[in-house]
Amino acid sequence: MPVAIDVRRLNKSFGDKHVVRDVSISVEAGKVTGFLGPNGSGKTTTMRMLCGLLTPDSGEGTCLGLDILRETNEIKRRTGYMTQKFSLYDDLTIEENLLFIARVYGMDDRRRRVAEALAGLGLEARRRQPAGALSGGWKQRLALAAAVLHQPRLLLLDEPTAGVDPKARREFWDQIHELTARGMTVMVSTHYMDEAERCHDIAYIAYGALIARGTVAELIDRSALVTFKGEGPGADRLAPALMLEPGVEMAAPFGAALHVSGPDRGLLERAITRHRGDGLRWTEGRPTIEDVFIHLMRGAEDNFH
Amino acid sequence: MISGTRILAIMVKELLQLSRDRLTYAMILVMPVMQLMLFGYAINTDPRHLPTVVLDEDQSTLSRSVLAALANTGYFDFTAEAASQAAVDAAIANGAVQFAVVIPHDFSRRVVKGDEPQILVEADASDPTAVGSALGSLGGVAETALRHDLLGPLARNGDGAPFEIVVHRRYNPENITAFNIVPGLLGIVLSMTLVMMTALAVTREHERGTMESLLATPVRPIEVMIGKLAPYVGIGVVQTVLILGLARLLFGVPFEGGWLALAIGVALFITGSLALGFLFSTLARSQLQAMQMSIFYILPSILLSGFMFPFRGMPDWAQVLGTVIPVTHFLRVVRGSLLKGADLAQTWPSLAALGVFVVVVTALAMARYRTTLD
Repeated sequence: MPVAIDVRRLNKSFGDKHVVRDVSISVEAGKVTGFLGPNGSGKTTTMRMLCGLLTPDSGEGTCLGLDILRETNEIKRRTGYMTQKFSLYDDLTIEENLLFIARVYGMDDRRRRVAEALAGLGLEARRRQPAGALSGGWKQRLALAAAVLHQPRLLLLDEPTAGVDPKARREFWDQIHELTARGMTVMVSTHYMDEAERCHDIAYIAYGALIARGTVAELIDRSALVTFKGEGPGADRLAPALMLEPGVEMAAPFGAALHVSGPDRGLLERAITRHRGDGLRWTEGRPTIEDVFIHLMRGAEDNFH
Repeated sequence: MISGTRILAIMVKELLQLSRDRLTYAMILVMPVMQLMLFGYAINTDPRHLPTVVLDEDQSTLSRSVLAALANTGYFDFTAEAASQAAVDAAIANGAVQFAVVIPHDFSRRVVKGDEPQILVEADASDPTAVGSALGSLGGVAETALRHDLLGPLARNGDGAPFEIVVHRRYNPENITAFNIVPGLLGIVLSMTLVMMTALAVTREHERGTMESLLATPVRPIEVMIGKLAPYVGIGVVQTVLILGLARLLFGVPFEGGWLALAIGVALFITGSLALGFLFSTLARSQLQAMQMSIFYILPSILLSGFMFPFRGMPDWAQVLGTVIPVTHFLRVVRGSLLKGADLAQTWPSLAALGVFVVVVTALAMARYRTTLD
């Protein structure tokens, strides 16, 4: 598979804050890569460097075969970027927004392409409405349509589905996969675990450094985490007590059940033995990707603090 | 029930938010002090010590007594001597002086003969407020100026003044305030709309987050700047035409010519105002701040530029401040060209000042703009 993004040792500081540290990442073309990590970990900054919005302090590499330091304008031409905030013009109509984007990218046959995009969105009837009047889900669909209007080869999405309802999120992701099926490369940052699982690949970043890379299954296997699931009356109330036990990294209620994870099987078994009474039933389960991320976050905290 | 605790909670929160915003602080504390200083000290509707050029063709004891009497009124400062009527005209036209006093060569002889000769006081009356009191003080001068010179047989006992002062109000003979205010308004209106609108327009893109998306497209920063400012050039031109058209139609403001100087002045002023608005937008973090900065600029522009109050009436420090304000120079160009028909040769110092304003502010705006992107 050809490589869409290949960057090495990217660094960026704002003042004395070192926001991105030595991030090297390569992404295959036609894949959806999930960009995960705690808030403020440098996801947005990394994406901005990839699409030419920010110049890295140091580092090198290519995006779509173009140099990220020297050919930013060419990269911008071939890249779509959807920001966290809805960033089309609220006071322009849906159609005017799309026509504006089409003109900015110097596209020909603008009217027809915008009409097609409107048809694809199902917004033909509402094309004269101000974009600001749309609901959250529609705004996000419109923003995506605007970001891919110029048929970019790389699409960068920065937390695109924050605050969007599940049905709209499902449709959004279906669309992402349609786009990649046609050869587009997508990099998407998210905090939703179900979305992480819909990505071909995950890149996990914490404190500005890339600390894990691979598919969801690979990350779970590689984590060597052990997870037990406790069920029975009052299982969910045990979380605070279990958190204090040595070897328990995470104890979280899921409905009436309790998930307990930790890297050391021996310590974990000893911990739950102490809470075996009271009619609780413990079974070993496969760690979820969320367990893995919390585990990774802990590890990163220990390394950087 | 109204709860004191809840009201206190809101009050504390409000004060905390106020204390975080330094510009609002400035609005609360600096603005009243600034206004107090300007209205209290700088503004003076009875300007004295106005620069006056003298053409004394008589050069006699009597002519010197007349000049001394004029100086004693406190309104006239003889800053220059002219050698000819042409030099007098030039000094008034280019605004170097407010008044000219012309004493004819046969003045003494005719006073002695009892001919009651005339001397001429010419006033640049384009701003009626600036010259009103000074001209009012002339009445007594003719009566008393020569009282100590004309003694014995020459003494005039109740025969009236030994000579006559003829006042010539140039540029605005009918003393119409609108002739001065209306052209001046052009500077204020252009500042208000152009500085404020550009400052807001660019800040709005940052505030709403649309700037980020915009810069992720192939649009270059310089293209964003030009594209955003260009429409306002058109707006500025429309406003200029509108104001000047109405000035002519409704107020009959004289259009003496000086079109080239006026056109250059308007072009420079529009460009500079847009650049200033753009500079504000690179400094402001919100539209509110952009608005506040614009007000900080516009208030002194109204008070210290000579728009509302005579420039020469202000104390020196205020005149220095006023000279730094671009509107001051723009007003001189507009009033000079419309009311006096001043050409490039007469308005170039003001045009040059506007040029400096454009260059400096544009350079600052560009430098700031670059650094805020990365």
